Amino acid sequence: MSESFEVSRRALLGGAVAFTAATLAPGVVLYARSSDEPATGAVRWGLLIDVNQCKGDCNACVEACNTEFGLVSHGRPDTDPQWVRKVTVTDPETGVSQSFPVMCQHCAHPPCADVCPTGASFRRADGIVLINRHICVGCRYCEMACPYKARNFVHENVTDQKPYAPRGKGTSEACTMCVHRIDEGRIPACVEACAASGRAAMLFGDLNDPNSDIAKRVAAVNSAQIRADLRTDPGVRYQGL
Amino acid sequence: MSTPSVTYHTIDGRNAGTWAVLITFILMTALGGLAAMYTEHNGHWVTGMTNHVVWGLPIVIAIFLIVSSTGCLNVASIGSVFGKQPYKPFGRLAGVTALAVQAGGLAILVLDLGRSDRIITFVTNLNPTSIFSLNVFLYSGFFIFVAFYLWTMMDGQRMDHLYRPAALLAFTWRLILTTGSGSIFGFMVSRSAYHSTLVAPLFIALSMSFGLAMYVLVMLWLNASTGRKYPSPELLRRLRILLGILVGVSLYFVVIHHLTNYYTAERRDVEKFLLFGDNVYVPLLWIGFGLIGSVIPMLMVLLPARTVGGAKLSLGVASALVVFGGQCFMYEFVVGGQAFPVELFPGKIVSSTFGDGVIAHYTPSIPEWLLVIGGYGVVGLIITVVIWALPMLPSSFAQETSDTAH
Repeated sequence: MSESFEVSRRALLGGAVAFTAATLAPGVVLYARSSDEPATGAVRWGLLIDVNQCKGDCNACVEACNTEFGLVSHGRPDTDPQWVRKVTVTDPETGVSQSFPVMCQHCAHPPCADVCPTGASFRRADGIVLINRHICVGCRYCEMACPYKARNFVHENVTDQKPYAPRGKGTSEACTMCVHRIDEGRIPACVEACAASGRAAMLFGDLNDPNSDIAKRVAAVNSAQIRADLRTDPGVRYQGL
Repeated sequence: MSTPSVTYHTIDGRNAGTWAVLITFILMTALGGLAAMYTEHNGHWVTGMTNHVVWGLPIVIAIFLIVSSTGCLNVASIGSVFGKQPYKPFGRLAGVTALAVQAGGLAILVLDLGRSDRIITFVTNLNPTSIFSLNVFLYSGFFIFVAFYLWTMMDGQRMDHLYRPAALLAFTWRLILTTGSGSIFGFMVSRSAYHSTLVAPLFIALSMSFGLAMYVLVMLWLNASTGRKYPSPELLRRLRILLGILVGVSLYFVVIHHLTNYYTAERRDVEKFLLFGDNVYVPLLWIGFGLIGSVIPMLMVLLPARTVGGAKLSLGVASALVVFGGQCFMYEFVVGGQAFPVELFPGKIVSSTFGDGVIAHYTPSIPEWLLVIGGYGVVGLIITVVIWALPMLPSSFAQETSDTAH
């Protein structure tokens, strides 16, 4: 399992190999995209979360996200950033309870992007919903409009920023699906941590590629989108919900 | 007005009282500016706003003022668009009040942004699918069209032929603008308290009553401070009836909005929370808006007054109550709608470390209160400076019924 794979190998091959694949997690094969190659709509990155495999006391995905993006608590839970959170859902009729991570659902029709007055919230061609921090004015309309409560507002000064994911006080932010990793051919930090924990409840891949493991699994098992009635068509699906 | 029979005056700039008022408004504005700088420097954690209640008191009052501003134009529109003579001499003041109130609301709105310094990106990076960005154009248009309308009122010799078209344009625009303001909430699918086609007409109704009440307060304030004897008994009678009707229409829309939501099973929980819950929003709605801001002022203006002075006093008090109730309603609507949790899994019991499934708490902080005071300071400052510099106040009610007075 190699993470920093193939960029040098591709250079050696002189570009003869367009897509370089590596097995990064059980059943996941990705390709790296060169920095001058635009994202394409032929790909739709997505996540499949197996709710039955996710354990209530495990927080590996949340911690991995916090580490990856330098999200630290200031001891103020209501304003502290939480890009991924574990949600516990209980059926009041049966008492059955499930716990699983919720993050930006990377909708095909994201309300956040629709309402953003400056276009700072946008959906990349490959399905990843992002925020352009340079033109976000901090109006928080995206936070109001997100049906998944996935957006955060940066309430205070940020330090120890990661060069691949700059943050800014006074702007909105959310899960990027680890776009910086995906563009390098790596998998999101939460998926990697989930696999490392031995649960493998999260599967990442290209929903548009019928040969990808995620597409095969989605075709084979029953999966659901949160608030599917809103027709936002999230790229994050849940198995066993 | 080719043969002006109404003369307009400025206020006396040498008067110590004028200076005192002006300095008060400047100080209020400065306080708001300082509060905005403090929040910008430290970040929004110093406010009461959180990731759960993302729009707090400043947005509540900003929306209240923006919505009210269009209603401030009522008196001008009734005189021009609908040809009611007694209102005409007060058209200028209505236009100025409308612009000032809108400016105050926008000042709060902009200074509450996380990055107020990037305001220009509203124009340079316009997103046409955003109702918010469309509102930016509606606000700008309102300033332009009302300013033009004022010009036609004040330059009767050259602009008289454009007076009525300008009035129609401003009136149409204010309806579109308030529709846009309401749609910011009405288009929101994520929060069940907001998402409704009723919100746009609701906001139009509210703008009519809130704006008229605010205008009446400005008019009576100037009446008291300048010693002018208006409104006339005739205009006073009309204003009382008009305010009563508009408050009644607003109340009707609020009732039907909540009834519609309550009737829908999927929204019953949020409606129970807003209508009958153990929280601050319930008294704000029932007592603040319903009783103090609607029923009592309606009775005050629709029941006959025995004297002109009594009629004027009760109109003023009723208007103050409507303005108070309007702010109660906006707080209940904007903050209450956010306090109820976003329903990711309707019908389920939900919990998380991010406030899922629980009622969010919000208490306005001192910087937020100061920013709101600053917004009202801007309103007062603009009105005072304009009526100081330009002849906006009709000399007396004796000439109010003139056909030619704009």
